[in-house]
Formats: sequence, structure tokens, C-alpha cells
Amino acid sequence: MLPELGEFALILALLLSALQAFFGIAGPALGRARWQDSVVPAVAGQFVMVLTAVGCLVASFVNNDFSVQYVAENSNSALPLFYRVAALWGAHEGSLLLWIFLLACWTLAVAIGVARLRQAFAVRVLGVLGVVSFGFLLFTLATSNPFLRLDPAAPDGRDLNPLLQDPALAAHPPILYTGYVGFAVAFAFACAAMLEGKLDETWARLTRPWASAAWAFLTCGIALGSWWAYYDLGWGGYWFWDPVENASFMPWLVGTALIHSLAATEKRGLFKSWTLLLAILAFSMSLLGTFLVRSGVLVSVHSFAADPTRGIFILIFLIVMIGGAFSLYAWRAPALRSKAGFEIVSRESFLLFNNILLVVAAATVLGGTLAPLISDALHLGTLSVGPQYFGPMFLVSMLPLLALVSVGLHAKWKRGGVVEARRPILITLGVGVVVGLAVFVGAFADAGWLTPVGIALGVWLILSSLIDPLDRLRRGLSLSRAVLGMTVAHIGLGVFAIAVTSVQSFTHERDIALAIGESAPVGGYQFRFDKLESVDGPNYDGVGAQISVLREGALVAVLHPEKRHYFVQGSVMTEASIAVKPTRNILVALGEDLGAGRWSIRAQIRPLINYVWIAALIMAIGGVLALSDRRYRTARVAAERAAAGGGSAAGTAVGEQGA
Amino acid sequence: MNRYFVPLGSFVLLAIVLAIGIRHSPDKGLIQSPLIGKPAPSFALPDLTAPGREVQASQFSGRWYVFNVWGTWCAECRAEHPALVAIAKSGVIPLVGLDWKDDDGDARRWLSELGDPYVEVAADRDGRAAIDWGVYGAPETFLVNDRGVIVHKQIGAMTAEIWQRDFLPLLPRRAGS
Amino acid sequence: MNPRRGLSLLLAVLCGLVVGSGARAIDPAELPDPTMQARYEELIHEFRCMQCQNEALADSPVSLAGDLRREIRELLLAGKSDAQIRDFLVARYGEFILFRPRFSLRNAWLWLGPGLLLAFGAWVGWRVLRERESLLASDPDSLEDEVPRP
Repeated sequence: MLPELGEFALILALLLSALQAFFGIAGPALGRARWQDSVVPAVAGQFVMVLTAVGCLVASFVNNDFSVQYVAENSNSALPLFYRVAALWGAHEGSLLLWIFLLACWTLAVAIGVARLRQAFAVRVLGVLGVVSFGFLLFTLATSNPFLRLDPAAPDGRDLNPLLQDPALAAHPPILYTGYVGFAVAFAFACAAMLEGKLDETWARLTRPWASAAWAFLTCGIALGSWWAYYDLGWGGYWFWDPVENASFMPWLVGTALIHSLAATEKRGLFKSWTLLLAILAFSMSLLGTFLVRSGVLVSVHSFAADPTRGIFILIFLIVMIGGAFSLYAWRAPALRSKAGFEIVSRESFLLFNNILLVVAAATVLGGTLAPLISDALHLGTLSVGPQYFGPMFLVSMLPLLALVSVGLHAKWKRGGVVEARRPILITLGVGVVVGLAVFVGAFADAGWLTPVGIALGVWLILSSLIDPLDRLRRGLSLSRAVLGMTVAHIGLGVFAIAVTSVQSFTHERDIALAIGESAPVGGYQFRFDKLESVDGPNYDGVGAQISVLREGALVAVLHPEKRHYFVQGSVMTEASIAVKPTRNILVALGEDLGAGRWSIRAQIRPLINYVWIAALIMAIGGVLALSDRRYRTARVAAERAAAGGGSAAGTAVGEQGA
Repeated sequence: MNRYFVPLGSFVLLAIVLAIGIRHSPDKGLIQSPLIGKPAPSFALPDLTAPGREVQASQFSGRWYVFNVWGTWCAECRAEHPALVAIAKSGVIPLVGLDWKDDDGDARRWLSELGDPYVEVAADRDGRAAIDWGVYGAPETFLVNDRGVIVHKQIGAMTAEIWQRDFLPLLPRRAGS
Repeated sequence: MNPRRGLSLLLAVLCGLVVGSGARAIDPAELPDPTMQARYEELIHEFRCMQCQNEALADSPVSLAGDLRREIRELLLAGKSDAQIRDFLVARYGEFILFRPRFSLRNAWLWLGPGLLLAFGAWVGWRVLRERESLLASDPDSLEDEVPRP
């Protein structure tokens, strides 16, 4: 009964989204007030229907209803309750439903947040979001229905992939998708502006918090995925430039450019067409990612079970949404050029190059990810691309960018003033260089030239971020949340640069064969194999080892890696054991029984790796701080008043603090 | 004006690439072999069926032959076996088998149960010969001509249809011993 | 089912089970010479496992990967250079086995692309800067802020 109810709810949601789309776009275009008034109820209705559908599927999982094919494929009666719920997004169909649900949540949030001002604009935004919802709902119902029944019902389920039976990985898709889907909002704002034919500073001020929110979620989602890969996959890697990873990274790069471009549009009405383009691009990258992951065109460790039919469907959807948006862009963007000017060296110019470099970086990642496809399509043979390509090529645009940020933070709007700021710039640069060289010289052989460069750039960036806020505090000015958020986020980026440089340069890793009682040296530590014992879990059993880690005779850590055998799927999983120290992580993973009492063991020491993810968290916090700035609430109030007054909203309000 | 069409234009190109990608996607796991048109690797491996004897590439010089890589652990190999037996029965060309990373006893049992289409079977216990032939997934079947050059490679199970369509047309009128 | 599809499906399933199970290649075989060991570790990360196609030889647990790692060790011990080892594997498996494509006319676009894009972007940026600078003269509103704001 419940699955049928869920399916029915999805069908209703599909109809409601069609109404939402139609009334949202045609209503303002044709000036039909009643149509425009129906949009928000349609949004609310769609949300309720989608929520119902999700509830039905969750209930099917919780109740172990193995007559539902999706439940039978992804769950098991021995699966703990938490994972039975998380299994909802364990495979393609359910994860699509998650997409749709999060889109409904964002749409509802937009309806609540924006509906009271410039009604025609708000309704257009919701209309565009309705088109996106419609597409995904149609795709789900047509090709990926999670409510299909099995007849006869399966006696028990195939169990959730053991890899997914982990709290971080359970949380990863919802948070990641919230970010992915969130860029649909900025996309909708852009389309609404293009449909209206009008784009001003108020638009930018309205859009910016939504874009920042999506960006913050995406940052956390990517970091969570990377962190999980490190501690759960058992080999200590954290980023592989796999197509699916790249599919999440490209929207992040474009999203970063977007939130910065919005700053220039908000402040000076500049880069309007850039901002529009970036808003379209960010969501396009999200959609492209969905396509790459589910269509089977690319080989990936992560991709869902591929199906060319699904691929065709998504491709058509892509063509409609992205092609449509880019057509709107070609039509409307030429009229939006502003007349504002700025000096060659000014905040605006740094933001311009920020845009350019981030787009080049995203294009680089896209090119590398699609290289096999492109090469094949042009009959240039089979091409393959991996980390040894992405790493260096990504740095081509990223290293200049890091340097530009450190200088650009000192630049003023319109007239630059960078020359006046040359003392703090050079001092911070000098400190960075000194630290970089000190690490390089003082530490470890085989650090390449990138090591001091990466550390110098990171240190320079952190110090540069602090100059302006400290200066303001010194002069007795308060720090607005926007400034604080910006500072925090840039510091996060600097920490990230230092952490990644450290990990890439100074990791020690060795696979060793040990018998009980034996020990071997790795990276300045001794790893001693103490004992082996059996382990038992709710749906697995296996063996666990105890490994002691010593440094100069003193015990540093005791680690317990395991090899688990999951009953239902019969798969064997390596659970690495990690000792987290302030400056480094020590990871041990259990390999194979080599016979004669010896086991293969991987020992890995990674300095500063935790700061990779801490840095991402810092960046996300910066984003959240920035979007909670008072002026966005003020902007809404001001826009509401202006809308009530009947005229179009004013641009920069006079006398506003921290503009 | 025209620069505003760049995004749309680029996207159209991208969509074309993606569409082609979808069309080719079922084959994406299958990699073209660089050995086509090159001399077949030489080998000297233990004979599976006659312990103490060796199977050598030189035994087949001057003759066309089919080189089939298989293993008892491979489900697709089992599926293609009847087709191989049929090809052997037709007497058109000798089949040489490479038993890849397998247990000799299992392999001999398999051949006696399912039929032995091979004139010779070489046992590649450590996988070195397979690497020389660029094998990455069983079953794989090569067609070698009388000058010792690999002219075709089939990745995946052999069927009568594939034999008719891809292999037979390449054979000269009189191939075989 | 089309046999070609069948094989790629089989490979995918096999690899999915193996990879999805989180097993990784923990291969303690080592070379006596530390420099050679360092070269070995670099090399096994450069080649793609042909069965589980999105993993490096270093990480893939399938037997073919183990065989290829052994092969690389033996080639190193026989005194071959890194380039010769790459040639050895490419001769048998094609360019696809390399994670870093070797520069050739056919993939020039891939290697030159980012640099060229960067140069193009810089040129576009420079032109915009010049244009905006000339607009500055006719810019009506003036921002005399002393302090840069976000």
C-alpha cells in the first residue's frame, strides 16, 4: 500500500511541478495575476507530495518491506536501523528521490524568503525551479522508479553495500546534494532576471546569500566525501580525480567564481553578464555531474549502475535546461553592460581574474574528465587521464590564483590603491617565502620545488587575509559579518594550501609483511604487530590486528585494523585504524594472510592531513558567516518596502553600513 | 554580439560529444589492442595435457591459428566453450588454448567434461605469457596469420555469429594444417 | 546478451564487488635498493589497472594487477629505465594504460589546453581592464572609500 501511495504522490508532485512551471513563467509574461498567485500553493503542494513519497520509501525500508525492489536491493533485516534509513540514497533511484526532495526544500525556502517582494520576479524564480523539478520527477517516474514491486517479494534483502554502512558516508549524499541542488536557486534567479530583462544591484544582493549557502553545503559535502575515502577505504587516499569526484568539484569551482562575481555586481553593478553566466554554469555543472555519474559514459569507481537510456533522458534534459538558459543569455546579456569603470589595478580587476582563473580551472577539470569521450568522438584513439594529469594542470591556474588572492585582498574598489599597500603585501609575502624555505630546507629529502611554493602561498594568503580586519579593529571599527566571513574563508583556503602541500610532499607509506611480534620501520616510527583476534559485528565477522606504533622506543599509538566479512553480500572490507595526532595521522590497514603467520600491512604517516578537511570546514563557516550579514536582511526589508511602494527596488541604499 | 553566443555554441559541441559517448558507452570497457598488426609474442610454456612437454609458438610458424585465453574460474569462458568446440569440429583452423592463472587439475577436468577444442593447450600459471599478449580479461581470442602476425582480437565470449562475421572473412581460402 | 556488453558487465561487476568491498592492494613486495623502490612506487601509480579501470596498479587488488606489479619489479631489477618500462606496458596494452598520456599530436589539445586557455583568459581580461580604465574617466559616481570592503 505504502509504495503505491508513494508512487501516486510522485505523480501528483509531477503535475504540481508542471503547474508551478507553467504559471510561474507564463503568468508574469502574460500578466495573469491569478496564475501568478497559484505558484506558491503549487510549490507547497509539491513539497508535501514529495515529502509523502520520501516518507513512504523510508517507511518501506524501516519496515523491511522486501516486496519493494529498491528495498530488496539495498537493505537487509540485519541492517541497523540508521543504515536502513540511509539506504534510501544508497543507489540510483533513491538518490534521485533525495535530489527531488532537496530541490523541493530549496524551492519552499525560496518561496518563503522571496515571495513577498517583486512578485513577478519571485514567481518567475519559482517557475524555473518548477521546470527543474518537473524534469527530475519525469526522469524518476519514467526510468528510475524507486517504488517498483517485486512479485513474489524477496525473502530478505541484498544488504546495503558495506562501504556505505558508515556514518560519514551516510551523511555525504544529503549534504553534497544540498549544495548541488542549491545552485539551482542561483540558476533560477539568473533565468528570472533574464526573463524580466532586468538585472541590478538588488538582484545581486538577493541572490548572493542563496549562492553562498549552496556553496557552503557543497564545500562540506565534498570534504566529507574526501574524509570518508581516507578513513574508510583503507588505503589512505583522499582524492583521486575520479570522474565522479570531478563532477562535484567543477560546480564548486564555478560556484566560488559566482559568489565573488556577485560581489562586484552587488557593489558596482559590474560583471552582470559574467555573474549571469556563472550562475547558469554552476548549475549546469551540477546537471552535467548528474549525467556523468548515471549515464555510463565514463568509467568510474563511484558511478551508479549505468544505463544508456537514462543517459539519453538526462542529456535531453540538459539540452533543454542549459541550452535554454544559454539561449536566454545570448538574447538578454548584451543589454546588461554597465558603464562603470575601474583602474587596471583595483579590486574589480582582481575579481575579474579570479573569475577567469576559476573558469579555466573548471574547464581544465572538465577537459580532463571528458578526455576519453572527446578523444573517442574525434577518432583520436583511446585516451586515459589520471591524477598525474590533473594535478599539474590544475596548478597551472591555481598557483597564480592563490598569489592573486593575496595581493587582491589589499586592493580597493575602483581605484586600487595597491601601490600604497605595497608594504603589507611585501611583508606578508616575505614571511611566506621564509616559512616556505625553512620547511623545505629544514625538512625532508625529496620535497620538490612545489613544496616551498605551496607553503609560501598558503602562509602569504593567511597573513594577507588578516591585514585588513586587524587594521579595522585597530582603528576601532567593527567587523561586519561579511568581512569576517570573507576573512575566515580565505584563511581556510590558505590552510588548505599548506595542508595539501604538506600531505603531498611528506607522506610516508610502506606496505610491510609482519609476523606476530615482528616490527618494521616506516617514516621514523616503528610498527609492531602485537596480536591477531577475531571480531564480531551485527552483520559481519572477521579478524582484527593490534599494531603498536613506537617512536624512539616510546609508545605513540595502538591501532586496531580489521578485515571484515559481511555475511549477506559476502564481501570483505578493510577497516583501517587511524591514530589522529595534532600534526599527523598514522594509518594502518590490514592486508592479506601471507601464510606462515605473516600478514601484509600498510603503514602510512600523513602530516597535516586533518587540516585539509578542517580547512574546508573553515571555508564553509566563512561562507555561512558572510551570508548571515545584516545587509541581506536589510536588503530584503528595503526591497519589500520598495516593492510595496510600487517602484523598482533601489540600488545601493544610502548610508548603509559595511556596503 | 557574437561573443554572447559562445556559451551556447560550446554547449552544443559538448552535447554532441556526450551523445556520441552514450552511443559508444557499451563498448567503453573494451580497449583496442595495440598488438593488432604486430607479430604474435613467442612463448614456450608447459603443455597442460602432456606433463613434461612444452608448447612453443614455433610449432605454428607458417600456419594460421586461433589463440584462445581462458580459465576454469571464468564464467564467460564456460559460456563460449561450445562455440569453440564447434569451430574446432569444422576443421577450418587449429585452436591453441592458453590456460590463464589456473589450476592444472581443474583445467584438465574441465576439458574432459566439456570437450577439448584445442590442438594444444599451454598452461600460463604465473600470467607472464598473458601479459605479453596484452590480455586483461578472459576470455580473449586472437587470430594469428601464417606469418605470425595478429590480425584480429576478440575480447569477450566467442559466438558462432562473431566467428562468422569477424573471423571467417579474414581467413584465406585454405587455412589450417 | 551481446557478448561485448557481457564482458564489460562482468568486469564491472567483478571490480565492483572487489572494489566495493574496500579491499585494496597491500603488496609488501619490495626492492632491495631504496632508489629503485622509490621508482617502483612512482611507476605503479602511473599505470591504470586494465580490469578495474579507474584504479592504479598500486591500488588494484585483482590478480592481473599483482602480475603487472611483479613484471615492473622484474624490469626494474633487470636495469630498465622508467621510459623502457612504460614502453613495455604500452606495447602490450596501448596508451590507455597510462594515467599521464604521453604527449603526441593526438593529445596535444589535452596538454596544451589549460595553458592556452589561461593565456586566452589573460588576454580577454587584459582587454576588459583597458576598456574599463577608459570608462573610468566618464564614470559619474565616485567611491572615495579609504577602506576596502568585501
